[in-house]
Amino acid sequence: MEFVLSEMIDKVMTARASQRPVYIRGGGTKAFYGEPQPDASHATILDVTPFTGIVNYEPSELVLTARAGTPLAEIEDTLASNRQMLAFEPPRFGASSTIGGCVSSGLSGPRRMHAGPLRDFVLGTTLLDASGTVLRFGGEVMKNVAGYDISRLLTGSLGIFGPILEVSLKVVPRPLLEETLVLEVDEAEVLHHFNAWRSLPIPISASAWESHDGVGLLRLRISGSEPALRAARQKIGGERVDEAAAEDYWNSLRDQTHPYFQASPLWRLAVPPTTPPLGLGNMLIEWNGGLRWLGDGEVEPDFVRKAAARHGGHATLYRYAAPPSVPVFHPVTSGVQAISRRLKQELDPTGMFNPGRLSREL
Amino acid sequence: MSANPQHSDSLSAADFDSLLKRLASRIPAHCILTREEDTRPYECDGLSLYRSLPPVVVLPENEAQIIEVVQACKAFNVPIVPRGAGTGLSGGAMPHPRGVLLGVAKLNRILSIDPESATAVVEPGVRNLAISEAAAPYGLYYAPDPSSQIACSIGGNIAENSGGVHCLKYGLTVHNILRVRMVTVDGEVIELGSEAPDSAGLDLLSAFIGSEGMLGIVTQATVKLVPSPACARVIMASFPTVESAGEAVANVIATGIIPAGLEMMDKQATHMVEPFVKAGYDLDAAAILLCESDGTIEEVEDEIERMNAVFSQAGATRLQVSNSEEERLRFWAGRKNAFPAAGRVSPDYYCMDGTIPRRHLARVLNAISEMEHQYRLRCANVFHAGDGNLHPLILFDANSPDEVDRADKFGAAILELCVEVGGTITGEHGVGIEKINQMCVQFSRQELDFFLAFKKGFDPLGLLNPEKVIPTLSRCAEYGKMHVHAGQINFPDIPRF
Repeated sequence: MEFVLSEMIDKVMTARASQRPVYIRGGGTKAFYGEPQPDASHATILDVTPFTGIVNYEPSELVLTARAGTPLAEIEDTLASNRQMLAFEPPRFGASSTIGGCVSSGLSGPRRMHAGPLRDFVLGTTLLDASGTVLRFGGEVMKNVAGYDISRLLTGSLGIFGPILEVSLKVVPRPLLEETLVLEVDEAEVLHHFNAWRSLPIPISASAWESHDGVGLLRLRISGSEPALRAARQKIGGERVDEAAAEDYWNSLRDQTHPYFQASPLWRLAVPPTTPPLGLGNMLIEWNGGLRWLGDGEVEPDFVRKAAARHGGHATLYRYAAPPSVPVFHPVTSGVQAISRRLKQELDPTGMFNPGRLSREL
Repeated sequence: MSANPQHSDSLSAADFDSLLKRLASRIPAHCILTREEDTRPYECDGLSLYRSLPPVVVLPENEAQIIEVVQACKAFNVPIVPRGAGTGLSGGAMPHPRGVLLGVAKLNRILSIDPESATAVVEPGVRNLAISEAAAPYGLYYAPDPSSQIACSIGGNIAENSGGVHCLKYGLTVHNILRVRMVTVDGEVIELGSEAPDSAGLDLLSAFIGSEGMLGIVTQATVKLVPSPACARVIMASFPTVESAGEAVANVIATGIIPAGLEMMDKQATHMVEPFVKAGYDLDAAAILLCESDGTIEEVEDEIERMNAVFSQAGATRLQVSNSEEERLRFWAGRKNAFPAAGRVSPDYYCMDGTIPRRHLARVLNAISEMEHQYRLRCANVFHAGDGNLHPLILFDANSPDEVDRADKFGAAILELCVEVGGTITGEHGVGIEKINQMCVQFSRQELDFFLAFKKGFDPLGLLNPEKVIPTLSRCAEYGKMHVHAGQINFPDIPRF
């Protein structure tokens, strides 16, 4: 066994024996996300970044396997050289972002409504479990129903079942062509447009609506072959955006460098895309209505949560300045919480991995 | 982490009578079947090799009745085996000899179709194809299309994470289900997922899909609908060798095209189906590919041109493009009717479901052809080429115990080869009872224990579809011994118990 891996196993075993919590760390760019972890002085820090490197990449099989510490940038560069990409456009919060952190956080970017969320692309994972054993779930094939889909359970679990060591992802070809259109519309109109477009074969690969001084602008990225784009342009209308400006814009949403994301507190509301305007303030709307950001001053947490829940969605306190008084993630129902608690108990009996990060109870 | 609690064999006849009495007091009499002539049709699912007569079949008409059944079973510690339309191919719905077979076929209403959100809310007994039929007036359809889609139900699709011919482009069941409402083993109703793009907390929905009825009983689901393409055309390409066909598949995808469907049939398979469907297959070809493009008329034209170029380059000896919907369906007819065709040329057939990394295709097909001699049985191969999912059809006669035994061993050898080349024992049919032994080959004991622990999170009592999918320690030990006796240890490097 490789030294780096045996070191990690040793750390987990030692922490377990000494009953210390284990805080899993990748590039550290998503430390802001999730429940605040208590002071690290009594915890074991498990740094996953030394476990790095692309293990396998088969462009014609649309699959890439990498160790958790591999920088996201390295993976994206490798894919780009074969005209491929990660379809879910994960946010890159910094150069040190790793693929392990990306999968553990489960966050997707602008292309998500078109291509599917990150979890749709996770084919397999290797996990270092609470007993210090290396376990492999799923694999490198697109279709695999042998055993439970543990890989997707680990996706977005914020490390509460242990560190992901390796991950196999489905990758996709880059679209032949992309262009961005801009339309001036208000919030109610934009949601109405999305509802009308949803059942039409228009290849909208990203959308964002924002409002400044009462003027709402919708930007739409369309992707595909020339005939597909021509048909989409006809249906949508609007003005074409300069290619470089468009790329900068989508990157600013993807990497959350857009000024809107600098707000604190910043709420992330995931709602059924047909949800009408929420009336909570000036929001940034992505994912054809399914993702709504609220950074409009101090709104009562309870008010935000109720508004999201009323429509069948949920609200995350995505960024905050001081340790929040309310849970960061929307409380789940008691039945779901009971299952989550039992899973944590069964799979990490001493509760050592990232305690409290996903939920104060887990 | 420990194995599931044992319960089944300890159930007394008196307890079972009490259970029946309780069910009879809560559920209409016509929903409870106990006479053998009524329960006999439920003794197996689509995999008739594995049968077990259920002592009682309950067919509830609504969620409230499902809750009653689950609570009664919990009270008497009786296993529950959920069943959809019974078309499964891995014995996942094979009854438990001391349990209740819980069929959800009567919950068969489409509750809503919403073109604005492009979703449908359906009950578990709704047939897969019925969703697309109901959505058609809105220009929408439900994408996953297992070949049994005319009969199989969405509840069963969720349990198995079913695929289909179009899943290369449109995804499996797991990619097309937004929300599931289910009854837990405690008789509580919970919802996993939502109509929003994601949900708070752990992604239990993804882990639930494909769990083969071992975690809960689905009572309702929201499915994603997608716009029906204006046009679809299929290329039928002949290749002189399996290798060149495999290369053509790799090249299409490397070019950046994701076909709507990409299927391969070997010579044995085309010869088997052609007399039956008269699709016009090239019987001289070692392998044929069916490659579909869908979208607007212009998009399809453009893509077909690019696909044809790749196939010619890869050495296709014949290329035909469907020029009408009728012709397109005829090209597909052979592929879609491969199973019934196998039933025509052979008294019985055994369908395997391994998935392999595509680069090993030629190696695996050549090995299967050698196995035909070794086991003295014929095998036709149909293959979801785009995603590496193989369906070897082993032809045998169930009236000959020796042939059954050889078919069984042949199948096991194919699955183990799939694992050896980095694939899996099941791509879309599920483990059920059929492939439970091969789970010992694909996973380590610790991994299997992790699965058992995961199940306990949902089903601490171990009552839901017990003794399926995840083999116990002793079962794997038994399977290991069997292999030694047969004198052929396939994987000397895998730890055995």
